[in-house]
Amino acid sequence: MAENIQLEIVTPEKYVVSEPAQIVMAPGTLGEFGVLSGHTPFLTSLQVGKVHYKDASGKEHFVFVSGGFAEALPDRVTILAESAEREEDIDYQRAKAAYDRAQERLASQKDDLDFARAQSALQRALVRLNMVQGSSSASH
Amino acid sequence: MASLKEVKSKITGVKKTKQITKAMNMVAASKLRGAQTAMESFHPYAEKFAEVLGNIAGKAGDDVSPLLIDREEVKNVHIVLLTSDRGLCGGFNTNLIEAAEAFMEEKVSAGLNVSFTNFGKKGRNWCRKEKLTIVDEYLNVVGGKIGFNVAATSAQKFIDAFLKGEYDEVYVVFSRFVSMASQPPFVQQLLPIPVIEAAGEAQETVEEEKGYMPEHICEPSPDELLNAMLPRNVYVQLFNALLETTTSEHASRMRAMDNATKACDDMIESLTLAYNKARQAAITMELMDIVGGAEALRG
Repeated sequence: MAENIQLEIVTPEKYVVSEPAQIVMAPGTLGEFGVLSGHTPFLTSLQVGKVHYKDASGKEHFVFVSGGFAEALPDRVTILAESAEREEDIDYQRAKAAYDRAQERLASQKDDLDFARAQSALQRALVRLNMVQGSSSASH
Repeated sequence: MASLKEVKSKITGVKKTKQITKAMNMVAASKLRGAQTAMESFHPYAEKFAEVLGNIAGKAGDDVSPLLIDREEVKNVHIVLLTSDRGLCGGFNTNLIEAAEAFMEEKVSAGLNVSFTNFGKKGRNWCRKEKLTIVDEYLNVVGGKIGFNVAATSAQKFIDAFLKGEYDEVYVVFSRFVSMASQPPFVQQLLPIPVIEAAGEAQETVEEEKGYMPEHICEPSPDELLNAMLPRNVYVQLFNALLETTTSEHASRMRAMDNATKACDDMIESLTLAYNKARQAAITMELMDIVGGAEALRG
């Protein structure tokens, strides 16, 4: 196995992840990309989605990110997200509530509806829900 | 003995005040810890953000975003004033408001229109009293736990207004948390973004750390990336200002309450002295009466 690459996921509130990883997969705006150690310096914006990485022992982890930026350097990957949660920290009820709320807003057809905002809220909720459901069905 | 009773009730009163100020001091201390932690946990993000922004700003053109360009004719200035919602924190709000006022007068005397966004009740009330234009107000934000989305939402509002040409310059007045003893008010320009210095600084530190400047591949193009990052940079600045102001508020309140508690102690001491003196005088008087009466009987 090649050397590990240091993965750091930072939000304004805290460090979500800071550990060496074998491989990091992240959802770039122009498509998902994978980073291994020794990557060329690379900078991209991110979509709402999940970051997927293997830690040093080869265990897989999923982290939700609500868009942001990623910078890959040969020895580390830095992901700047406005919010990010590890899969196991996702609040299912909250995501469900946010999903319903966003649906309602989109269906209400009010004049002052901020469509882009409601839609991105919907997407965030959807990705969170999918991640939780995906992992629980896998473990059963 | 009316005066004796008066002094006594005064002592009780001061003691009760002392209890309150002491409790407030402790509450402020614990909130200060929370605020400081929030501030510290934001630092990594802010640093990384500045670093990445610095990396990319060097590559993109200077005039890629209207957020970077100074307006040739400045007519409308917008001030984001950060104060606390509550009082009893010493000169904290007064200092901030004075700074804002001085800054505003400078602009007004240059013939500019000034409008405000207020965070915090104290600044809002001042603006109302002075009949200034309040565009937006946010209460119950400073002093509590601040979400990044609050900063993002409000910053986006004035970014939009700036792009529409409603404002030509946007500043934030906030309290910088230098140390426990010093939280000076500070005026910072938010828009147009004075990015050139920030990028230069960030680049220098990166270069020092690593000794080389990596050539980034950018996806999408550097210009697009920079365009996406610049508004976020404003959120980051505003969020940082909010965190610093919150920390300063608690630090300032803690000191004010500490002083008040000490003042209470002094007062209790001098009142107790007065009380004891009066009591002693009363006893002496009574004793004199008895002795005098006994003398008279014997005589």
